[in-house]
Amino acid sequence: MTVVLTLAVLALVAIAIWQMTKIFELSQLKTDKSRAQIANDNDNKNNGYMLFAFMVFTYLITIFSFWKYSKFLLPDAASAHGADYDYLMLVSFIIIFIVQFITQFLLHYFGYKYSGKKGQKALFYSDNDRLEFIWTIIPVIVLAGLILWGLYAWTNIMDVNDEDDPLIVELYAQQFKWTARYGGTDNVLGGANVRMIDIDKANVLGLDESDTYSLDDVIVTELHLPVGRKVNFKMRSQDVLHSAYMPHFRAQMNCVPGMTTEFSFTPITTTSEMRMDPYVVDKVKRTNKIRAGRAAKGEDNSDPWEYDYILLCNKICGKSHYNMQMKIIVETQEEYDAWIKTQQTFGQTMASVQ
Amino acid sequence: MSATANVQVDDHANDDHGHHHHKETFVTKYIFSTDHKMIAKQYLITGVLVMGFIGIAMSLLMRMQIAWPGEAFLVFDTFLGKWAPDGIMDADIYLALVTMHGTIMVFFVLTAGLSGTFSNLLIPLQIGARDMASGFLNMLSFWMFFVSCVIMIISLFVEAGPAAAGWTIYPPLSALPMAQPGSGMGMTLWLVSMAIFIASSLLGSLNYIVTVINLRTKGMSMTRLPLTIWAFFVTAIIGVISFPVLLSAALLLIMDRSFGTSFFLSDIFIQGEVLHYQGGSPVLYEHLFWFLGHPEVYIVLLPALGITSEVMSTNARKPIFGYRAMVASILAIAFLSTIVWGHHMFISGMNPFLGSVFTFTTLLIAIPSAVKAFNYITTLWKGNLQLNPAMLFSIGLVSTFITGGLTGIILGDSTLDINVHDTYFVVAHFHLVMGISALYGLFAGVYHWFPKMFEGKMMNKNLGYVHFWVTAVCAYGVFFPMHFVGMAGLPRRYYQNTAFPMFDELTDVQVLMTVFALIAGAAQLVFVFNFVSSIFYGKKGPKNPWKSNTLEWTAEVKHIHGNWEGPIPEVHRWAYDYSKVDEDGEYIIPGQDFVPQTVPLQEDEEELQH
Repeated sequence: MTVVLTLAVLALVAIAIWQMTKIFELSQLKTDKSRAQIANDNDNKNNGYMLFAFMVFTYLITIFSFWKYSKFLLPDAASAHGADYDYLMLVSFIIIFIVQFITQFLLHYFGYKYSGKKGQKALFYSDNDRLEFIWTIIPVIVLAGLILWGLYAWTNIMDVNDEDDPLIVELYAQQFKWTARYGGTDNVLGGANVRMIDIDKANVLGLDESDTYSLDDVIVTELHLPVGRKVNFKMRSQDVLHSAYMPHFRAQMNCVPGMTTEFSFTPITTTSEMRMDPYVVDKVKRTNKIRAGRAAKGEDNSDPWEYDYILLCNKICGKSHYNMQMKIIVETQEEYDAWIKTQQTFGQTMASVQ
Repeated sequence: MSATANVQVDDHANDDHGHHHHKETFVTKYIFSTDHKMIAKQYLITGVLVMGFIGIAMSLLMRMQIAWPGEAFLVFDTFLGKWAPDGIMDADIYLALVTMHGTIMVFFVLTAGLSGTFSNLLIPLQIGARDMASGFLNMLSFWMFFVSCVIMIISLFVEAGPAAAGWTIYPPLSALPMAQPGSGMGMTLWLVSMAIFIASSLLGSLNYIVTVINLRTKGMSMTRLPLTIWAFFVTAIIGVISFPVLLSAALLLIMDRSFGTSFFLSDIFIQGEVLHYQGGSPVLYEHLFWFLGHPEVYIVLLPALGITSEVMSTNARKPIFGYRAMVASILAIAFLSTIVWGHHMFISGMNPFLGSVFTFTTLLIAIPSAVKAFNYITTLWKGNLQLNPAMLFSIGLVSTFITGGLTGIILGDSTLDINVHDTYFVVAHFHLVMGISALYGLFAGVYHWFPKMFEGKMMNKNLGYVHFWVTAVCAYGVFFPMHFVGMAGLPRRYYQNTAFPMFDELTDVQVLMTVFALIAGAAQLVFVFNFVSSIFYGKKGPKNPWKSNTLEWTAEVKHIHGNWEGPIPEVHRWAYDYSKVDEDGEYIIPGQDFVPQTVPLQEDEEELQH
């Protein structure tokens, strides 16, 4: 069906193009043969109008996109630094749209206003130091502001330190799944290297079995985080580059084989709080309507959805890159404590295998 | 020989190229030609028409897969064969399409196709030279490019599929055949093809640089050069500086792949076994790659901006506003472009302090870019705009350059990059600012200089208008909504977006973008038709159809070896004396609103701006 539709659309476009050329051709009957393919006053006039219309189009598509698609934007940040991030983003966007609005207007309006006419004299205007100075210095000032603000935020976000007793969590990437490891009761990760991986003994992350710190480590496939406590992530990858992307927390860091990378944030909104956020409730409603539609048609991937934070892979990593994910649950300290107690430690897993 | 031509312009006797007739066979004229005009056409047809067709067709297949994931299409079955069982695209081949689309468009179409065509065509003609400094190197450069094209196309047909690690081919994914099928033979051919491509590009660039420096005609000082030449010249310099670094990255990767070294690899466990690699770092590869990769953006863009400057000034019947500022911006962009590569790597695991430095340099580059945009707009002000298709594409370029460039402020800011890095926001940004803009520059160049390439024949303007307007609307139709998809957090290079319910509601906009893309693709066929039919049936226009000042329009319409039948013209002024008036408000040459560069300064006429 879609094939037929596509073909129909293409055919219609072809007809439209053919008709448009016809119209253009008819609009210019009396011209000197050798200059036939050079724009004449008529072309200038028509295309001048088109430039004006195109300006209107760029504004309309902007407005349309905002009206129709701003609901796609991520909900409010669920991490402490996220609010600053969103604010900086907002300010940058305001600046961008002011510049965009003005420059696109001038560009297309001049194109329309000064479209060529026989006898019209262009102004020989080749230089104006003051003007050029003005439009050099304005970007300099605006950008200097953005740079300073951005760098201040960047330094704060990327400063991974051990103040405030952070929870230490390892994110471990491999084709095509994520695993998380907690430091356990001592909150210290045991040493590890891919060379120590022993599949037969279920030591899949290559933990050093002789390292006493590793015995109480907890290895899980669903990431639970207590709300309000800083988390320091240590990232590893066992095979190719991956990127740990946690869009709801405005957090991302590549996982690089051969080295440990770091990122740190403090989750501030629990999953259940987020599910009650009106913006999120609306999104879930819309999405579940789509999914219900699929279910009615008997397609898969159609069970109702409950909102969850997600960790995605955001660096091309192979065939199933598009489905490399892990659920993140932010919960109260009590819920977190109760959950972690039910998990096996590395030592227990080792013992049970032997 | 031609190197001496600039001091002996008035002396016929020493002007050996002009009058001397070579016996030319089909092979020396059309295949192993050393004539820059023929080589330009060879680049245009190989690089733009053939490779461009393949690259754009690939993008349409990808767009169809994203809009209608998992659906069967006859075109998938036809073109992808075993990689689309029952017409449903396979996930591996999707990544291969992503990779090859990027590689072909960036390197083959927009680097070789754009620079190769217009540097070759315009450098000798606009500086007043009989040919390139070395016609032989020039021929060699094209044929090496041709070989690299052939190898790249062969790689599409190997057993396990072409390279599929993204156009940046980050190791370890690209280094380990067990990580994905495309990293076997396909990747080997990719690397071989690119190594040859780089050699070709270097030969070409060195030739351009030497030609611009040495072979300018009498009177053609650097400050009288048309901005096209400035752009090609500086582009060539950036190429010479940065392409060798990519070659070293490619060579080291070849070593890692085939000879067991560990430049980029360390601590890898894959498919049940530990590999021996120890001590290398993929981040090193990223540095080497982007040391070329970022200047590459400007290698693509600067020639397009140069073409725009020339086309816009000619068609506005006004001098380009702020010639010196434009040259200074080109130089500033070129310099800064080599020290901003780290903004592709903010979250690669490199030291965050480096991120700060690269944020600083990256946002600096916005300043010369802004100056260029404002100068273009001012050039239009109070002009007498001749809205030929080339002019429309130039205006379109400024529009997409601004739209796409502005979002660079977000991506260049290390903080803001965290959450939009590698999402569709990036895809929308770079397609507008370098993809679409550079293509517009390319089209502007083809429409404008078609008469120069095909002995006075002109392209059909009405088909040109249709081509422009459909393309302009569709380009925004595809890429404007794409920013929102990126802001929703959708990563790029996902085969389908069905694994995450949070992206379910993006389906409608994906379909919309794909429909726009398909229409845009169809509009390019209008261009191809116009191009090919004009070569054979195009009507001859006047010798100087756009009433332009530059030297190429004084050269013979018929292609002769040596460009000018008589002596090489001497230059007396810059290229932008459009609508220049004397004290009484009369044009310098009565009844003519342009003063070609070959016209001596009139009495009492002041030479401005130099």
